[in-house]
Amino acid sequence: MAMDEAGGAPGAAKKFLYVNRKAPYGTIYALESLEVVLIGAAFEQDVQLAFLDDGVYQIVKNQSTDAIGAKNFSPTYKALGDYEVTKLYVEAEALEERGLTADDLMEITFEDEDDDWAEKPSINIVSRADMAKIMSEQDVILSF
Amino acid sequence: MKLGIVVNEGPYTHQASDSAYQFAKAAIDKGHEVFRVFFYHDGVNNGTRLTVPPQDERNIQKNWTELAAQSNVDLVVCIAAAQRRGILDENEAKRQGKDADNIAPGFRISGLGQLIEAGIEADRLVTFGD
Repeated sequence: MAMDEAGGAPGAAKKFLYVNRKAPYGTIYALESLEVVLIGAAFEQDVQLAFLDDGVYQIVKNQSTDAIGAKNFSPTYKALGDYEVTKLYVEAEALEERGLTADDLMEITFEDEDDDWAEKPSINIVSRADMAKIMSEQDVILSF
Repeated sequence: MKLGIVVNEGPYTHQASDSAYQFAKAAIDKGHEVFRVFFYHDGVNNGTRLTVPPQDERNIQKNWTELAAQSNVDLVVCIAAAQRRGILDENEAKRQGKDADNIAPGFRISGLGQLIEAGIEADRLVTFGD
């Protein structure tokens, strides 16, 4: 790959992909990944999130952390649309391997300004092969 | 090439910080520019000057401090991650009412925007961590 491909035209937005691979509460990676996403949203880049491996547990609905004394930060994912983070890719195989389906995931939506602010789902379930393709199209990948 | 480096693990438990250091040094030796090293998650623990490893072991913090001095590399510790883990500079110690600071020479504390900026400015952003 040519070295100048990553940057594109000066000042053009780069494609950022945040790859979430870990369960939400066993380690801090998921929470601190989300913090980067929220801060990064202010930089007007082209932002995508990927959820694979145990990372799919981050967006499972009805999370409760009462028993472990950790903060339940899962409601923040629902606010991503307000930060114009609207493209969440979830790997189908990762769900299937864990006995999960799309119905187990939170409803995360955004209002599409190009379509009269219609409310649309942010979550796209994609195959492992498509996830690889999505990754290959990025300029910057941050994996947590 | 202009490189950004992210270090996501602390010293000694994981090899990530060592590998990042070796990579940064090798890249600079080959004539590349290291735009910034950003320390996140437990990686912020690389930036304390209070570590005292045995004398016959490498001193990871000193390696970074020397690299910063020799090659003018910008070593940035994430403020939010640092506050969770007790890495403070003089200003932060004062602001938070703490009786000491521990940031190592050559490191500075700043926000996550510095990580995003590294992603935007660098030709390649290379992450070290598990």
